[in-house]
Amino acid sequence: MKITDEMIDYIGILARLKLEDEEKESAKNEMEKIINYMDTLNQLDTTGIEAMSHAFPVKNVFREDVVMPSTDREIITSNAPNSKDGCFVVPRTFE
Amino acid sequence: MELSKMTALEIGRMIKAKELGVVEATKAALENIEKTDKHYNAFVTVCHDEALKQAEEVQKKIDDGTLTSPLAGVPMAVKDNMCTKGILTTCSSKILTGFKPTYTATAVKKLEDAGAVILGKLNMDEFAMGSTTETSYHGATINPWAENRVPGGSSGGSAVAVAADMAYYTLGSDTGGSIRQPCAFCGITGIKPTYGSVSRYGLIAYASSLDQIGPMGKNAEDVAAALSIISGHDPKDSTSVSNDPMKIVLNSDIKGKKIGIPRDYFGKGLDGDVKTAVLAAAEKLRALGAEVEEFDMPSLEYAIPAYYIIACAEASSNLSRFDGVKYGYATPKFEDLTDLYYKSRSEGFGTEVKRRILIGAFVLSSGYYDAYYKKALQVKAVIKQSFDKAFEKYDVILSPTAPTTALKMGENLSDPLKMYLGDIYTVSVNLAGLPSMVVPCGFDKEGLPIGLQLIGKPFAENELLNFGYAYQHATDYHTKKPVLKTGKEA
Amino acid sequence: MEFLTTLGLEVHCELSTKTKIFCSCSTEFGGEPNTHVCEVCTGMPGTLPVLNKQVVEYAIRAGLATNCEITQYNKFDRKNYFYPDLPKAYQVSQLYLPICQNGHIDIEVNGVKKAIRIKEIHMEEDAGKLIHDEWDDVTMVDYNRCGVPLLEIVSEPDFSSGEEVIAYLTKLRSILQFIGVSDCKMEQGSLRADVNLSVRPVGQTELGTRTEMKNINSFKAIARAIEGERERQIDTILAGGKVVQETRRWDDNKGESYAMRSKENAQDYRYFPEPDLVPIEISDEWIERVKNELPELPEAKRARYIEEYKLPEYDVDIITGSKFLVDIFEKALEVCGEPKEVSNWIMGEVLRMATETATDVDDISFDAANLGKLINLVKKKVINRGTAKEVFEKMFTDNVDPESYVKENGLEMMNDDGAVLAIVKSVIENNPKAVGEFKGGSQKVKGFLVGQCMKQLKGKADPATVNQLITEELEKI
Repeated sequence: MKITDEMIDYIGILARLKLEDEEKESAKNEMEKIINYMDTLNQLDTTGIEAMSHAFPVKNVFREDVVMPSTDREIITSNAPNSKDGCFVVPRTFE
Repeated sequence: MELSKMTALEIGRMIKAKELGVVEATKAALENIEKTDKHYNAFVTVCHDEALKQAEEVQKKIDDGTLTSPLAGVPMAVKDNMCTKGILTTCSSKILTGFKPTYTATAVKKLEDAGAVILGKLNMDEFAMGSTTETSYHGATINPWAENRVPGGSSGGSAVAVAADMAYYTLGSDTGGSIRQPCAFCGITGIKPTYGSVSRYGLIAYASSLDQIGPMGKNAEDVAAALSIISGHDPKDSTSVSNDPMKIVLNSDIKGKKIGIPRDYFGKGLDGDVKTAVLAAAEKLRALGAEVEEFDMPSLEYAIPAYYIIACAEASSNLSRFDGVKYGYATPKFEDLTDLYYKSRSEGFGTEVKRRILIGAFVLSSGYYDAYYKKALQVKAVIKQSFDKAFEKYDVILSPTAPTTALKMGENLSDPLKMYLGDIYTVSVNLAGLPSMVVPCGFDKEGLPIGLQLIGKPFAENELLNFGYAYQHATDYHTKKPVLKTGKEA
Repeated sequence: MEFLTTLGLEVHCELSTKTKIFCSCSTEFGGEPNTHVCEVCTGMPGTLPVLNKQVVEYAIRAGLATNCEITQYNKFDRKNYFYPDLPKAYQVSQLYLPICQNGHIDIEVNGVKKAIRIKEIHMEEDAGKLIHDEWDDVTMVDYNRCGVPLLEIVSEPDFSSGEEVIAYLTKLRSILQFIGVSDCKMEQGSLRADVNLSVRPVGQTELGTRTEMKNINSFKAIARAIEGERERQIDTILAGGKVVQETRRWDDNKGESYAMRSKENAQDYRYFPEPDLVPIEISDEWIERVKNELPELPEAKRARYIEEYKLPEYDVDIITGSKFLVDIFEKALEVCGEPKEVSNWIMGEVLRMATETATDVDDISFDAANLGKLINLVKKKVINRGTAKEVFEKMFTDNVDPESYVKENGLEMMNDDGAVLAIVKSVIENNPKAVGEFKGGSQKVKGFLVGQCMKQLKGKADPATVNQLITEELEKI
């Protein structure tokens, strides 16, 4: 499969990554090689095999509905590049 | 013998017998790091003051009988992708500049509760994506065994800290071989436990369904002691199995145990010296009473593409939270929200990380999901079945850890696919969730260490470690040390 | 040209569990920003989710109450997108295996019965809130609501009118309240509805292009939005234009909608199974237990009230339309055993006081057992209805106990017939003109005479008794 500029741009939007032009060229080439390598999976017949997310059949892991103390908001925002009045701050968003 | 050259358990015994104080041991370790690490760059952060304070408190608790663990008081260090409260945690990435978590990873906390003293945080490939520690934002870590060689990755710092005697043992993480391959390249011992047996809470995620934390040290006993402490169910990690912490008791008797060697692992592409050493190790185990046999394990060549699809997909999602808003690096100039996101992420992440995020977004995207991600999960099931079948006959599977010994620095990042292929022996283990350990088993013509990989049955860490223990009883490769640049003799 | 309308609904319902879906922070509404948060629900690095069992329990209840099949093996998936109110940049939801499927809710509009099919119900986590700061021209992010458990209830596009939508929402809300999984307060955002709407000319089988309107926060506004959007789409088509598939926001004040500034061209959510959570397996026993523990649902209750208590349909509809009114009804009934009385009091004084004090039915706080006591007091002729109404007002606002209040304030009716008779006789004696009018044929003047007696008795007598005595005495004349 060929990786085009449009594809890189599209994936970049999905991932919020913008590559500089030289970066983009090399990314395209590398990705093409890697993704074509990934296509080798098609050689393995997996009909009837269930897609396996977890290696071991753990299930029904639950927690009781009991309130525990929350974290102080000064602590929660302590690592934020931009915070005010206990909130995280971002540029103005519009609907 | 010099303090720094001793094993973790030896230090632990001395502390218990009051022959050595915790503060004394910690001070010595910190001085040693100061002298040594400038040559190797294994540490991102050295917790000088915190470690000494911690040492004092641990000494008190040992004195009043609260702390009785065999590793109480022993100074160690932690890979920089495990959160440590109040201590810089960067994943060797620019995007986590300045990040000081307000909580500690469960595995680390368990060690601290047992009396470990944390010397510092260790260098790694950025976000654990890499096999050489060269993608780190803080610069590469140097392999102490030779000029200009990588220590492996992504837990390169964790391996070098042990190999260069700067920490008595360390914690690393392994998603596709990141504990085992650096152990092999640096001539030390390490284990990636069964998936779910060590809590991932506080481990900054790369690939959630594959990541595991594991100990790295100077021998099987040290590694076993650390694993006994960090393992066990954690209610904060839904994927952690509901087992008690392991109580590992090592036994060097492996008579009658069956060892399987996959024929397909020994084909083209495997370095001659590595092959010789690994097969010699198999012979050694046979001499100790085990039955050793070759067998066919199909589907191995699909492990790498399946691994990279799954790992990149999960990573692309796990790393979306880094956006310049809640923590870490934010781009200094931005016009609006979109600008903030794009710039912070594009400037904050390194090339390899960006590459894997893009691949991950691609394989999950509409139209490609079935062909790539879903297919990879099916292949994962097939690989697990392969191992299950093998373990019906064998108790342990033996193989090389990497196709070569430590690679030269600066040659690896230009051909990522070639670098990915170096993971051939390790990734299938993560896909199947199995435990796997590495012990040193020789040196190549240039004196670079070679590591033997042993893969065990799920949750059979004790049995697996017994093999490593038995091997180390009968050999001394694990006791060999590199000549350090500080001028000291091995 | 005549047009047909097709509508579908996606309803988000905040569950009334004590803690969030994946962490133990409180779900309490309100609170200063970021005071109900922890490292898990704010997406700090290395943190992991752990599922609240009560959320699963409530989801099963909701599924059973809406005739759904429970998906016995179900799991969570990640929905990936970037927005500041989503700290992990993905929402944990259920795409591939939602917990409930293939249900239905029966509605009736203008005498026509219809089943609205429910495609699925799934569990997911809520996002945070964005607060726009005009002063600094920035947006502040509050994660209190992040991680609050939601059920998303997706209908098939079975609606053909706004009335049907409102009937469905009314019923769905009352079901959810009845089974105790949510307080469904639209003003607080614990119930939100997204409306999908398309129109097509009569005769065309293919559905038209649909638009989506999100987060309209009252039933009345939904009805107006549906009407407005329907007209807009029809106007567009009649003018020769094409309806664009887009998300629109309804401005209820202006009475019109506008296209939302698109957050993102690419809405490719890249769903994949959540690796940090394990699958849920719901046993037959679990389902059976939830089924047995389900409280009586509104439909069944309505039928029973009509059948067993012989209450009028109109009253029953109002009462069973709200869990809170039902609670008042049943609690009061337990105390006094008079269903018709209780029903009348609710339809009368309770709702009147609620309107007068601008109290939401959900927020009525007086102890309903006291209403039962009050009814008993009237039944036993301790007080008359007039007095009872006064006492009720105090009960409503101050939650006074009627028995103590009556005693303390000496409001008991005079039950001494002798004393009453004396007053009756004296009133007749002192009002010869009125008596004369009565003898002349005026019945109306009897009321005046009763009124005079009641005044003398300070209202503390049974009007019926007074009336009877007046009648008897007048007869004697």
